[in-house]
Amino acid sequence: MFKLNIVLILIAVACALSVVTSQHKARKLFVVLENEKEIAQQLDVEWGRLQLEQSTLGVHGRIEQIAKERLNMKLPPTSRVQIVSIDSAADLLSSDKVSP
Amino acid sequence: MIKSEAPRRVLPPWRSILMLGLIALGLTSLIGRAAYLQAIQSDFLQKKGESRYSRIVEMDVNRGMITDRHGKILAISSPVASIYADPKLIEITHEQLKKLSDLLDMNKADVEERITKKSGRFVYLKRQLVPDVADDIISLKIPGIYLKNESKRYYPEGEVAAHVLGFTDINDEGQEGIERGWQETLAGELGSRRVIKDNKGQIIEDVENIRLPKQGQDLVLSLDHRIQYLAHRELKKAVDLNRAKAGSIVILDAQTGEVLAMTNLPIYNPNRRSSINSERLRNQALINAFEPGSTLKPFTVAAAMEVGKVNPDTVIQTSPGQYQVGRKTIRDVGNKGELTVAQVIQQSSNVGTAKIALSLPSQTMWEMFNRSGFGAPTGSGFPGEVRGILRPYNTWRPIEQATMSFGHGISVSLLQLARAYTVFAANGELKPVSLVKQTMPVMGQRVISRDTALAITRMLEMAARPGGTAPLAQVNGYRVAGKTGTAHKLVDGQYSKNRYVSTFVGYAPASDPRLIIAVMLDEPSAGKYFGGAVAAPVFSQVMGGALRILNVSHDAPANNVVLFPAAPELGSEG
Repeated sequence: MFKLNIVLILIAVACALSVVTSQHKARKLFVVLENEKEIAQQLDVEWGRLQLEQSTLGVHGRIEQIAKERLNMKLPPTSRVQIVSIDSAADLLSSDKVSP
Repeated sequence: MIKSEAPRRVLPPWRSILMLGLIALGLTSLIGRAAYLQAIQSDFLQKKGESRYSRIVEMDVNRGMITDRHGKILAISSPVASIYADPKLIEITHEQLKKLSDLLDMNKADVEERITKKSGRFVYLKRQLVPDVADDIISLKIPGIYLKNESKRYYPEGEVAAHVLGFTDINDEGQEGIERGWQETLAGELGSRRVIKDNKGQIIEDVENIRLPKQGQDLVLSLDHRIQYLAHRELKKAVDLNRAKAGSIVILDAQTGEVLAMTNLPIYNPNRRSSINSERLRNQALINAFEPGSTLKPFTVAAAMEVGKVNPDTVIQTSPGQYQVGRKTIRDVGNKGELTVAQVIQQSSNVGTAKIALSLPSQTMWEMFNRSGFGAPTGSGFPGEVRGILRPYNTWRPIEQATMSFGHGISVSLLQLARAYTVFAANGELKPVSLVKQTMPVMGQRVISRDTALAITRMLEMAARPGGTAPLAQVNGYRVAGKTGTAHKLVDGQYSKNRYVSTFVGYAPASDPRLIIAVMLDEPSAGKYFGGAVAAPVFSQVMGGALRILNVSHDAPANNVVLFPAAPELGSEG
């Protein structure tokens, strides 16, 4: 009887200790998790900032201005635009005269 | 032998009983106290205990982005920091004060006055600072100076889409436009959770979520930023050229009723709050109702065709260019003689339209207008949208019925007008309008028959060609249908002699309409004022550009220099 009690007490103590250590481990991991979440949030913020930058730089008016003034580009007038319909393009490709 | 006969002291029995009693009393009082703490006060004590290590943490949410239909960002929130002070706790040296005011970019005396204020324990020093500057300030480590994270709304497109988007105030609440109308969707809700922190201030355990945060949802608008920019640029040119007081343009997808672009002038830049004033604030295309003038004529003719009163070839006598209704006279610009119904539209004859209108019962006309969406909100969800004025038909006098047929005595918003033209562009169906991108095919509401719609389209094509009122609306390579409008402005209940509202509404390509564009210029004052001369060129420019952006194939010869097919050359070049 006495022996059994000792064994049970030992088991109880062991369990208690393992609860403590696993709790500690869990908390440590949780701290890591929190840090990662924090980083994720910071990255999210940075992503937002980069998106803002991208869309500010990519504003249509700015691109148009650069294309016109710095690169001397211009829109072709409609008279110089050729619209190729899918049907006639297919005809073209299948015709023998065209070399690839 | 030792005699150990000690004198036998006999303790009186009451002493042991007393001791026992005292011990028992002590024990019961301890048990009682324990029971009191454990059972009765346990909740309170547990809370007290937890408060030593558990903390409530706010969970941030971001306001959702607003993007155009292709995902281009139109509005986005970015974190900024606000610096505030608690005047009761502040301790600052002279040197620190100097550094602080430099970083804040504020006057030293101003800063000092703020932080030494006697009343209150909270004063903002500066809001919405760049995060880097805020970090510098915090690193000065002045007691009583704190940082609060906030977010600021940025509008990369600036003024181009300002009237549709609106803006938010400093507390991130939508004040105008989409930001206000869709505040609930965009805003999200702050959440909070209870956590356990250790002595280093690190969170080591999540206890419970008190309230889950709801992230602001992103909103995808129906706008196309390329067309929006084009429309804005061309409208600006036209307003400057014609020295107009104001101008608006609305572009709809003819098949789905989605708003692809909408802008007005004058406008403000939402990133510079100082440019906002009440005159520039309003999205005139939705909030301002005006008399549309001749752009309503096709509806009168459609109503008459639907009931079989006229067909496109019915001849109407408009000579001598004026027509007496009651005591009022309706006038044309010159004597146009005998016109067919199609020519009435082509040449925009007031007399002809009035004669057609007066051959109809007022109810028929009212129903036509009503079912085309006039006098009722469009359902766009935009805050403050007007319904316009369409009075009940039983109050119409003949002269009113006659003037209404050419768009006087009725008021509409530009969006209503553009939407009403879906009736002609979408084979007789009125499409719902939407500022938000539609993912499902939309259901229209039949207003007129397909045949009538096609007949009206042919008349409107005549109007937008040489011989019509708006040859300037032509777009190279596309068949265009449209109608001009030039209305005298109502000033204090009287029609002004020399102030006009010039409009043009049209759609293209006429063979399979893709876009409807409505242009309105208010008080053009550079000499020209007819819709065909002022508004139609804007239509032509924007329509041509937008159809090119959307890669719509030509439905008319484009006077191309390159002849098609030019197979060998094309092939060898590639």
